[in-house]
Amino acid sequence: MSPETAALREWDRFTLRERIGRSAFYILAAIALIWSLRTIEIIPEFLYDAPKQTADLFVRMWPIDWSWYPKVVHEALIETLHTATLGTILAVLLAGLTALLAARNITRSVTLNLIGRFILVATRSVHAMVWALFFVAVFGPGALAGTLAIAVHSIGFTGKLLSEAIEEARPGPIEALTAAGASPLAILLKGYWPQVKPAFLGIAVFRWDINVRESAVLGLVGGGGLGMALDTALSNLYWDQAGLVLYVIFVVVIATEIGVSWLRGKII
Amino acid sequence: MDAKAPFKPAAADGIDRSLVIRHLRKEYRSGIAVLKDVSLTFEGRGMTAIIGPSGTGKSTLVRCINRLVDPTAGEMLFMGQDLAKLRGSALRMARRRIGMVFQEYNLVERLTVIENVLCGRLGYLPVWRAWMRKFPPGDIDRAFRLLDAVGLGDFSNIRADQLSGGQRQRVGIARALMQDPDLILADEPTSSLDPKTSVEIMELIARRAGERDIPVIVNIHNVELARRYADRIVGMAKGEVVFDGPPSALEDSHLLTIYGGEGWLE
Repeated sequence: MSPETAALREWDRFTLRERIGRSAFYILAAIALIWSLRTIEIIPEFLYDAPKQTADLFVRMWPIDWSWYPKVVHEALIETLHTATLGTILAVLLAGLTALLAARNITRSVTLNLIGRFILVATRSVHAMVWALFFVAVFGPGALAGTLAIAVHSIGFTGKLLSEAIEEARPGPIEALTAAGASPLAILLKGYWPQVKPAFLGIAVFRWDINVRESAVLGLVGGGGLGMALDTALSNLYWDQAGLVLYVIFVVVIATEIGVSWLRGKII
Repeated sequence: MDAKAPFKPAAADGIDRSLVIRHLRKEYRSGIAVLKDVSLTFEGRGMTAIIGPSGTGKSTLVRCINRLVDPTAGEMLFMGQDLAKLRGSALRMARRRIGMVFQEYNLVERLTVIENVLCGRLGYLPVWRAWMRKFPPGDIDRAFRLLDAVGLGDFSNIRADQLSGGQRQRVGIARALMQDPDLILADEPTSSLDPKTSVEIMELIARRAGERDIPVIVNIHNVELARRYADRIVGMAKGEVVFDGPPSALEDSHLLTIYGGEGWLE
């Protein structure tokens, strides 16, 4: 058979059934979008008004009230940094223990692994704000409640990444130390720790960066720090002071971001 | 230990380092035996090479001896006890007297060379010493001398991940010797190395173990290296010992039995 007379070969990326399925998916997505827009009940008057209101807020924030910085905001800023740092240190300690429990190559018990994993999921799935509300109820408002909220909420994130780093450790050196008669603790110290250390430091510093941002707003629910100052300013309608707090938060977040990227570059 | 076992009461220092394996069996999955009833007696000196095709249980056999793999059945008599029955700290005490050299070196890459060698003492030291890096002066001195002995005297403070394969294996050998072992196991110590380095590594293991009267059991793919350095060759096929004798007795017909097939020998 010559090439000209050969039947034309056909090609379609999708079968008919796949095309119907894909179309149905797009239609359902469009319906879902329209439906959800209707349920959020946008009030048109507020929507038209939004640009004007936003502009008005910025006007009221200007000029920023710098004199408020030494009086209140500086102390609040230091408290926020302390909350973030102490919370991170506490979180790293607790997360380290939980990660050992959750890592399948360290703890050879499915039950204990599941308990470890449950702690990681449970602490992470409750937002830091909610933990703060809980600890404010227990210890009263202030930096202690904020620090504990940061610490407990960070266990999940830090512990999960840490347990993954532990599980990714090369088994060869562990086998060698086992063969040399090293005790489990010595194997942890000389076999796992050198392998996990870079990841550990990277995760801790990264989490500290996140915690600075989170602890800056915890004060809104009574967790101390900049959020508390922001809350005071807002409830007194002192927009120039609120502007100052927002400006300080912005500067601190940028500064930690730069510092942390530099540090992580050094570690890894 | 069974007095009927036919071994020479070896070494110059009068210590009996022989190993008697009886009816050793290993199944990773129930009913499928990787090692089928292996019985071998290793005299307390010299080098024994175990040859055989991949997947024939050589590595499993060696790993059963120091219990990196737990045997399904059988006994392994060494230094007055059955290695197969040991647990917990008794097992660790036995392991620290058995050095091991690995195909992939298995160094802790982010530690320095000298600290990798000192890891050979972990079975002897309290954990705080390892943690604080406060190794006894005698151990440190011995580690330096072993590094000299394997030709890495100038590399003590370099991180292990900076070394070439051959250099890493030298560190692995120093680490095994650091245990002051009564037996050295080597699992394919040359399989990741080029031919010239392979010869150097085998030479080093044979010489350093020989001068200390430490018996060596080595798994090896390279039949020529086995012939050259071993005093005894054990051939395995499909989980069983099919040849056992001096290198001079190993003929092509045996190799065909061990590795199977034809044509590849020509």
